Amino acid sequence: MAQYLLIESRDPFESNDVHYYYDLAKGLAEAGNQVTLFLAQNGVLSARPCMHSTSLSALSKSGVTVLADDFSLKERGIAKLAEGIAAAPIDVVVDHLAAGNKVLWH
Amino acid sequence: MSKKTLTIALMDPPYESENATTAFRILDVAARRGYNLNVFTYEGAVSMAFVRQAAHPNPVHGKDLAQENHPTTKDQIAAVLAEAEKNGGKVDWVNCGMCVDERGVNEFVPGTRRGSPGDFHAFVEASDNVLVIPTK
Repeated sequence: MAQYLLIESRDPFESNDVHYYYDLAKGLAEAGNQVTLFLAQNGVLSARPCMHSTSLSALSKSGVTVLADDFSLKERGIAKLAEGIAAAPIDVVVDHLAAGNKVLWH
Repeated sequence: MSKKTLTIALMDPPYESENATTAFRILDVAARRGYNLNVFTYEGAVSMAFVRQAAHPNPVHGKDLAQENHPTTKDQIAAVLAEAEKNGGKVDWVNCGMCVDERGVNEFVPGTRRGSPGDFHAFVEASDNVLVIPTK
């Protein structure tokens, strides 16, 4: 079992690729890997309760840890997060890198 | 725990993408931990280390130089280098030479250097982990 950190920096309202990335997270988790999806920059826009957050809440229920960068949230005035999503510091990225996990940026 | 060595590759030019801000936040955390850092800037990102960048006032908003307090990536790089040194870490910041020549930005922040994609390969071989932050 591998450990993955998938960083999503894109806004799903702007890029359809984002849902493919969510699908990648789901597929990796279903294959038995430990997966964290870290939303950053405009990627946090889907952390608000909205049409795209339902996908993230579903990911959370399927075993993917879904985190949203606290700085990006604050920049955008987002305080309320959808179910299954937690705010986290950028330190998470360094933690995963230092642990030797597979870290991908989109 | 042994000292970690991390490599980060950057491609976005300064003042255009939030990727640069996020990259500096990641580098700052790693520098505060005393990790060794290898940074390879490629394409537009080589301009981040261009030493002739200058802060500016903002006459539209009626702010002078001090009030505007405009950040420059050259100063942010210097801050990362200083933070790493303070915490016992080393930073090898390499700017892709061909990308530098194309853009005419061959005057670097002290402590950074000219190199090639071969340096990136060497970084990857010698690092505990690698993060590539590509352009969109």
